[in-house]
Parts: sequence; structure tokens; C-alpha cells
Amino acid sequence: MTRAIVVDQVVKQFTLRHTWSIKEYVVWNLTGRGGELKDTFLALDDVSLTVEQGESVGLLGRNGSGKSTLLKLISGVLRPDRGQVGVRGRVAGLIEVGAGFHPDLTGRENIYLNGSILGMTERDITARLDEIIAFSEIEGRFIDSEVKFYSSGMFLRLAFSVAAHSHPDVFLIDEILAVGDEPFQHKCLERIAELRKEGQTLVIVTHDLNLVSQVAERGIVLAGGKTVFDGPIEGAVGRLRGEG
Amino acid sequence: MRAPDSVEPGLIIPGRSNGLLDVPRWRFLLSLLVKKELRVRYRGSALGLLWSYVKPGVQLIVYYIAMGKFLGLERGIPNFVIYLFSGMVIVNFFGEVFGNTTKSIVVNADLVKKIYLPRELFPVASVWVAFIHLVPQLVVLIIAALISGWRPGLVNIAAILGALILTVLFALGLGLMFGAFNVLFRDAENFVELILMMAAWVSPVLYTWSHVASVLPDSLDWVYKLYPITQAVELNHVGFWIPTSAVQERYPDSTGPLIDALPMWAGAAFVISVLWLVVGQAVFRRLESRFAQEL
Repeated sequence: MTRAIVVDQVVKQFTLRHTWSIKEYVVWNLTGRGGELKDTFLALDDVSLTVEQGESVGLLGRNGSGKSTLLKLISGVLRPDRGQVGVRGRVAGLIEVGAGFHPDLTGRENIYLNGSILGMTERDITARLDEIIAFSEIEGRFIDSEVKFYSSGMFLRLAFSVAAHSHPDVFLIDEILAVGDEPFQHKCLERIAELRKEGQTLVIVTHDLNLVSQVAERGIVLAGGKTVFDGPIEGAVGRLRGEG
Repeated sequence: MRAPDSVEPGLIIPGRSNGLLDVPRWRFLLSLLVKKELRVRYRGSALGLLWSYVKPGVQLIVYYIAMGKFLGLERGIPNFVIYLFSGMVIVNFFGEVFGNTTKSIVVNADLVKKIYLPRELFPVASVWVAFIHLVPQLVVLIIAALISGWRPGLVNIAAILGALILTVLFALGLGLMFGAFNVLFRDAENFVELILMMAAWVSPVLYTWSHVASVLPDSLDWVYKLYPITQAVELNHVGFWIPTSAVQERYPDSTGPLIDALPMWAGAAFVISVLWLVVGQAVFRRLESRFAQEL
């Protein structure tokens, strides 16, 4: 099997800056440098994992366990302080619904904008345009009106639809499965199952344990920036439930 | 820490790019970002882009009357309004490129934080937006020049292109650097405004080089001459002002009050601008890895 994602001994530390202005800095110096000027926070502490091509992996953990940070490192938005991340091919997906959408552009224009942000070519987008619009269930008269007039459900559906048709080599999904109403959610899950069948590599971050056991085969549990479990999804879900 | 290429072959390291060199591959997205930018600027406006023609047109007429006629600057500099406007167009363009590129990363924070794209796309998109806003000013300038008997040759057209390229290189170099600083300290924006305010006055826009030469000590005049915007302004004077009829009558065999040995100085300023761009890109790349977490 070929490896799609390699995360090798990755450390990511965030600086929570206390001082912003020169005045504060001078005062801090004059008052005998009491206290730390900077506070650091270790988001990921020596994390290693590999994901094979075609695998679908759920990243689980409590809030602040480092899931989203790991996802951002895989997408390249953040870079590790130590260790290495490698990916095969194009990484894209839904890191946050609506990133790359602009309220003053029409639905159609936003499909092009968001699609190309996700790495699709103009030709790809044009070829899949009808499919994207149909999947989003947005009516014809709305697709050419500005996105600011959309209901939040319509907006989310369109965003999911573009991402679900962007065909990256590695598809990342961060907390968006709770998109739209029940029927649409069901449709999203079907689409993800379809992508899985096509051999798409998936990495899913979510708190919804029922949902993730339907779409992922492998689960990785993070706690305090370390991997504490890596195995079948049932085991990962069980572990989180057990911890309460 | 291991060498970057120790990851197995076929895997790439996410979040790494070749900077400006990657931008051409993303030209479709670039065109969409430029369109978005323009749409946002003219939203809710009935006249839209027409405003970009009306403003410089009115400005030019006011300058012609107030400065040319009332202040009598026309007596010292023939076709003063063409002289002034051809310089002002460059300074405005410089201001727009430098100002917008400085803000471009912070303005697009949502995207920078969530999706990885070569971040140079945003400053480059700002350059195109500034260029689109330059066009109406150039049109107004060309109309005014034609009225003043503008008969450009190849050299003059080349000078105009040179002026624009020089301005973009220098402004983008500065903009990449300050755009990256602006992510860490928003003070950069204010600092840039200050620089831009000075930029309008330190280039020979309202006065001629001969006014500067008579005051500035000889030992310092190279500093003034090497400043790329001075050279861009002078090149634009060569493009628009020199080949107008009143100027041709007054200075038939010379470039009049413009900087002497202009090709040499402009060439030197060009080299400086390219170096600036390289430095700006290097600073940008160095700070880039911190963008997503500092925004």
C-alpha cells in the first residue's frame, strides 16, 4: 500500500502573547521583568501517524486535544515546529464551512471561487458545475443571486457540495457533518460513503461519535496533544465513551 | 531535526511554495480574486467604475485652473498640468500597490488561516486591482496630453512602460515585506501611510529636478536619483510631458528640467527595485510560516 499522509514526530507549540504594545514591554522591563512575557502552549507533542491511500480515518478527542491543529498541519496552513509532515498529491477539503466564500458574489461565482481555492481548474469546475448545483439543492433562481441572501442552510449545502466534488487526493473534513437538515445530512453521508468506495483518502474531525463510526474505519484519539489510541473506529469511539 | 527531503519520495511537504514563481499556475484563481476585489469596491454604487474616470478628470481640471492659472506655475513649467498629472499618476499607483499589498494578508485572514494557498497570491491580486484603477487615470491623462499636442515616439512609449514596471517592482517588494510585518504588528499599516504621505512630496511631481538640484548638496544627489519612484516619475514625464508641443518648443534638443543621464539612473533604480523585490520576497517567506497562527 502507498502512504498518503505521513506525520513524523510532529511538535507544534503556540505562543500566547501577553504583550502587544511597546508601552507594555517597557513597563515590563522597568518593573523588574515580573512574570513571563510569553506563555506557550503545546498543541501537539511528538505525534506520529501514517494514513494509507484509500483509508478513512476519524480524528477524535476532547476540545483542545489538538485535532484541528493536526488537520491544519496536514493541509499546510500551519507548519510544524519540529518533525515532519508529508502528503501525496493535493490536499483539500472543508476546514471550515464558508472559508473562501464571499457574500457579495453570486452562488455560481462562489462555486468558481471556492472550487479554484480548493485546487480545481476552471475546466474541472465547469464540467462539474451542474452536478455541484444539483447536489446542493439550490433552486435555479437563487444560484445567480448573491450569497448574502442565502439562508444559512443553503450556504452550508453549497459549501459542502463544492468541496465534495473537488476530488482532491486527500480529503479533510473538520466538523461539518452536522450540515443542513436531516435529509441533507443523510445525503452528505452517502456522498462520503461514495467517495470512500472510489478509494478517496479521508480524514474526518468530529465530535459526533455515532456519525464518525458510520464513515470511518479507523479512529485516532488525541488527548493533550498526544495520540492515545490508534485502531479500529469502534475501539476509538469506545475509548472516548469510556472516558465520559 | 531531519533534512526536509527525508520524507519518502512521492510525498510533498504541505505549506511550501516557490513564492511568486508559483503565482502563474494559479492565474485563474488570481483573476477571480481580482474580480471579487473590484466587485466589493463598487457594490451598491450606481455609476460603478465610472467614478474612477470622473474623479481624476475633475481633479485634473481643478489643478489646471488652481495651480496652472491662479498660482501661475504654468509660466515656469510649460504644460504644467501634464507635468503634474503624469507624476501624480505614478505616485497614486505606487500608493495603491504599496498600501493594498500591505493590507492584503490581514484582509484575507479568513482564507490564510483556513486553507493553504501560496500567500503571494493576495499581494499580487492587489497589484492587478491597483492596475485596473490606474487605467482610467491614464485615459484622462492621455486625453489631456492629446489636447496639449502629445506626439509620442517609441522611446516615449517605452518610458511609460518602464515607469509602470519600475513602480510595480518596487511597490510589490515593499508591500510583501510590510504585508508580512503587518500580520505580526498592525502598526505597519500606519507606518506605510506615513511613508506614502512623504512619497508624494519627495518625488519631482509638484516641482522639477532642477529645484532639487539647486538645494540638495552634490554629495547627496545620488540618493535622490536612485529612489525608484523619482525615476518612475521622470520616465513618465518623458512619456507624457516631453512630447507635447509647448515643451518641444521650449526644449527642442534636451529633456529640459528633467534629471540628466536619465537612462543610466533609471537603469540603476531598476536594479535596486529588483533587489528590493528579492529582499521583500525573502522576508515574506521567512515570516509566512507564522501567518496562520498570528492572525
